[in-house]
Amino acid sequence: MSSIVVDRVSKSYDAVEAVKESQFSVEKGELFGLIGPDGAGKSTLFKMMTTLLIPDTGDILIEGFHTVREYKKIRKIIGYMPGRFSLYQDLSVEENLQFFATIFGTTIQANYHLIEEIYTQIEPFRKRRAGKLSGGMKQKLALCCALIHEPKVLFLDEPTTGVDAVSRAEFWDMLKRLKSKGITIIVSTPYMDEASLCERIALIQTGEILRIDSPENIIHGFDKPLFAVSAQNFYQLLQDLRTQPFTERVEAFGEFLHLTTKEAISTEKIEAFLNFKGHREIEIHPTTATIEDVFLDLI
Amino acid sequence: MSQIQNVIEAQALTKIFGDFKAVNAISFDVKAGEIFGFLGANGAGKTTAIKMLIGLSRPSEGEATVAGYDVYQQTEQIKENIGYMSQKFSLYEDLTVRENINFYGGIYGLSRRQIRQKTSEIIEQLGLENHARKLVGSLPLGWKQRLAFAVAGVHDPKIIFLDEPTGGVDPATRRQFWEMLYAAADRGVTIFVTTHYMDEAEYCDRISIMVAGRIDALGSPRELKQQFSANTMDEVFLKLVRD
Repeated sequence: MSSIVVDRVSKSYDAVEAVKESQFSVEKGELFGLIGPDGAGKSTLFKMMTTLLIPDTGDILIEGFHTVREYKKIRKIIGYMPGRFSLYQDLSVEENLQFFATIFGTTIQANYHLIEEIYTQIEPFRKRRAGKLSGGMKQKLALCCALIHEPKVLFLDEPTTGVDAVSRAEFWDMLKRLKSKGITIIVSTPYMDEASLCERIALIQTGEILRIDSPENIIHGFDKPLFAVSAQNFYQLLQDLRTQPFTERVEAFGEFLHLTTKEAISTEKIEAFLNFKGHREIEIHPTTATIEDVFLDLI
Repeated sequence: MSQIQNVIEAQALTKIFGDFKAVNAISFDVKAGEIFGFLGANGAGKTTAIKMLIGLSRPSEGEATVAGYDVYQQTEQIKENIGYMSQKFSLYEDLTVRENINFYGGIYGLSRRQIRQKTSEIIEQLGLENHARKLVGSLPLGWKQRLAFAVAGVHDPKIIFLDEPTGGVDPATRRQFWEMLYAAADRGVTIFVTTHYMDEAEYCDRISIMVAGRIDALGSPRELKQQFSANTMDEVFLKLVRD
């Protein structure tokens, strides 16, 4: 039995179709990612999976329970960290944790082993009000509160948005360790570089799932010629390449531009064109796609 | 003039709250027309440093000039000569596109004629001709961000400060936004930007990285990668902040 089954689910808000015929399943103990920008429908999916919103059409099962007919059973066995910080700002770190443990009829001591690693990092601040914590600390406390009743499935809606690169890396390390304890984890993120940390991902845009597969397979599926190009005047380089008939798309990727061409072309030919345009310090080499290249190609 | 002038100069700039040094003697220069990335972990002191530079917070110690004006004595002149775009607050959601531009034009003391001209310029530049009468709240996030940037430049400031301008949008929209920044820098506007996207850090001409109130690294992305023997800015950042 799959841990999560989403079967042809749609949801509209007035005229806006937030989720269109979504379909996917997540296996027990899997780390599954929903990857897409703001407005893609990620949060709406999360709200339906966590029984907070009723789908217009379609069904969702969590650990075999139906999200509409059996919502009470589901609420006992899931942990949910919403995209917006939802703990009590005027309660202390310790009080928040105590509160969530009590609500779920358990104690901090009973499940301390699950949160120990994370909680020890925020313990020095246990008397501080949650509203006064930094972004990274808030995120760690929210994860502790979502874990304190030992859930079978963990729903994390954009846990790393607006969090610095170091805290993000630490957070993903924690997720891997939780996964090793057998918890199913579904996580959404707008950061494409985090996609590769999931076992399988769904790329999602304006309510539609564009592709579901492992990150490796999604990258292998990209079969167009792709080059990394740089030169002294980056902005001019972008403008010049964009006007070329051989160019399918060209975008900034870190210190290089990624150039996708319509058909195979030699690096010499591209270089000759750039020399002709007067570019200096030209660097050009074929490169492999990233999840972000695939995403840009799909939308 | 052959020498490119500095539009921001900071010398040992410091801010102390009680017994906590939020910003600890940072020194750096930013040149005209440069895209300068101001990076750091959450809580490293970036926001406090920016507040001092834009005249909203008085430094405890040190010196700084922004657009040639002193951050202690001339904060009003600084505000007139800079633009500011933050992720949280910038446009009024319940005003239309046109009304927002008019409003900010008025705030910055543009004449009616200038406001009219700027408004049509911005609407045309962003391709918003058919949306000028729509409420900003109804626009997609990516459009709002580009409009917010254009509005931050309504009074032709020398420097535009951007605090995490691209949060939450898709990769294509994020790139369109950066192309606006390149185009502005190409016109000589200085861009001072913070971001958590390390690939965006690579788009900057130079970067500073703040750790616990100090600037621990400063240079072009290429220089920093060499200095820290790293392949990406992500690695540079992790090495610096974790040590």
